[in-house]
Amino acid sequence: MDYFIELLFSGLTKGSIYGLIALGYTMVYGIIGLINFAHGEIYMIGAFTSFIVATVLSIYGFPLLAIVVIAAVAAAVWSSAYGYTVEKVAYRPLRQAPRLSPLISAIGMSIFLQNYVLLAQTSDYLPFPALIPEFAFMEPVAHIVGSSDLVILVTTAVVMLALTLLIKFTKIGKAMRATAQDRTMAVLVGINVDRVISATFIIGSALAAIGGMLIASHIGQINFYIGFLAGIKAFTAAVLGGIGSIPGAVLGSMVLGLTEAFATGYVSSDYEDVFAFSLLVLILIFKPSGLLGKAETKKV
Amino acid sequence: MRFGLKRKLFVATVALGFALAMPVTGMAGDTIKLGVAGAHSGDLASYGLPTIKAAELVVAQYNAKGGINGKQIELLIEDDVCKPEVATNTATKLVTDKVDVVIGHICSGATKAAMPIYKSAGVLVMSPSATSDELSDYPNFFRTIAPNAAQAPAMADFAMDVLGATKIAVIHDKGDYGKPLAEGAKKRVEESGKAKVVLFEGITPSGLDYGAIVQKIKRSGADVVIFGGYHPEASKIVTIMKKKRLTAKFVSDDGVKDDTFIKVAGAAAEGVYAAGPQDNSSNAIASAAKEAHKKAYNSDPGAFFDGAYSAAIALLNAIEKAGSTDLDAVTKALHTEKVDTPIGTIHFDEKGDAVGARYSMYVVKDGKYVVVQ
Repeated sequence: MDYFIELLFSGLTKGSIYGLIALGYTMVYGIIGLINFAHGEIYMIGAFTSFIVATVLSIYGFPLLAIVVIAAVAAAVWSSAYGYTVEKVAYRPLRQAPRLSPLISAIGMSIFLQNYVLLAQTSDYLPFPALIPEFAFMEPVAHIVGSSDLVILVTTAVVMLALTLLIKFTKIGKAMRATAQDRTMAVLVGINVDRVISATFIIGSALAAIGGMLIASHIGQINFYIGFLAGIKAFTAAVLGGIGSIPGAVLGSMVLGLTEAFATGYVSSDYEDVFAFSLLVLILIFKPSGLLGKAETKKV
Repeated sequence: MRFGLKRKLFVATVALGFALAMPVTGMAGDTIKLGVAGAHSGDLASYGLPTIKAAELVVAQYNAKGGINGKQIELLIEDDVCKPEVATNTATKLVTDKVDVVIGHICSGATKAAMPIYKSAGVLVMSPSATSDELSDYPNFFRTIAPNAAQAPAMADFAMDVLGATKIAVIHDKGDYGKPLAEGAKKRVEESGKAKVVLFEGITPSGLDYGAIVQKIKRSGADVVIFGGYHPEASKIVTIMKKKRLTAKFVSDDGVKDDTFIKVAGAAAEGVYAAGPQDNSSNAIASAAKEAHKKAYNSDPGAFFDGAYSAAIALLNAIEKAGSTDLDAVTKALHTEKVDTPIGTIHFDEKGDAVGARYSMYVVKDGKYVVVQ
């Protein structure tokens, strides 16, 4: 039973990690129907920014809490700037183009940003400081679920809830839903669609940046390639949960994380990916739009 | 009319292309071309960069003496990022550039992918670090590091005899380098009968979180974990082991015996054991090479530096003794001529392995690797 609980929490942690990134994919897809492949790179840039800020601040002897807050804010702002710019440079000019064009543009952006960080920073792995301290009250259960696991779990839950509320109850959320349903109609009723899309990218990028900081602190290392690897798994999770749906992204991530953990624990880690992707195929056969996705209605 | 312009442009481009190519072909034959191939960028760059520096230092010495048989030595440096699919391009590029001999590649998988190209081109290759046993099948392959066949038993024996392990978990990264190493260690443990292999599994390389496999190791009750693979995965595993309060000892290979591992894993690296090329600190040539490196680059040399330095000396010495860069002549010289290098006075056996190269075990103590045995 203990072993089951240990695996359960390993799976939940992994799922939350995927979830924090998957939320950004799903938001952008929900609104403009674009798979933003550069999202993983925004996450990576967030991790790098918080790494640089945290390193500088710790040299000046700031307390840990201040470092975490300032690094998180700096990473969120900086990554948002990147997300906003990427959208403006690479996607906006292609808004009326066939669906394939922005997709290729997104892949190009992803490769560009990876290599930019590779050249501007380093190709080596860098040690990421432990920004999440070991809480004393977690000590009795530390062998099952660590402090950083807990922080990531809670953050994912809070972020998912906040996003759902934002989209349901605020003015910008309403505008987002309108844009998602019918962009032309949204323009006709006076919604500034460009601004709504920009806002979506900014929110998604800020989330990715905070995810980047927490996850890097949990794993303890970063390099220019982490975004690509995490991005692929997170994207899979978003599809599994029904791309376009916020709770779906988190549910899909949890299902993926738990499958991997239990496959490793009870079968063999050699087959971790085999199980994860078999599950994806199975779910998509029976529910092509994902677990919580809405079936796309054809506009005639 | 437009057709005419295009045609003129085409002719001009071709002419320009020939003009640029001329000086290069004109130079061929005047120098000995020493290729240096390996991971020079990417996440495993720390394995490959020291080889470039070793080659530069040795070549500078030879060139200062007037080269070999009156010919200067020219370095052709090509990056393979430690990836098999890139390594084939790297090898093709070097062969096209008429390379005479190659130092490299660094990673076993990349070397395996590149060897067929060198073999058909008749180019001799000497690696300071590729340990895969299968590479011995190539008659034109040499190395200054002992093969996996020597490393895996060294790791297993150390775990059983020195650490007194009775239950051992063997983990690998499913790669060309790590998996055979893990299999070799497992075989050694099972044959000796001194300990039991309680877990044998491959992990997904570049995984985000190895929490589940660490829990599995814990449940297996292993007192020692033997890991076959490279340092990025190793540092993630030891970090999570520490977080999950797992106290099993961690024994790994020369892919982990790299300062980047200590830098990244930090406190979790303390007490990690790793096999590595033997300690050469008492060798006069090794100390001189280290000094030269410090003087030229203002830093300590990295992983596989001694092996790469030895490879450069051995190759150039063999070319000098053979009096040509012909594959058969150089191969014969490598088999017969003994040469003084940082790893000792070596020659090469029929498998291409340096006679005398062996492994020592190291442990991380206060942020540095120190010799155990």
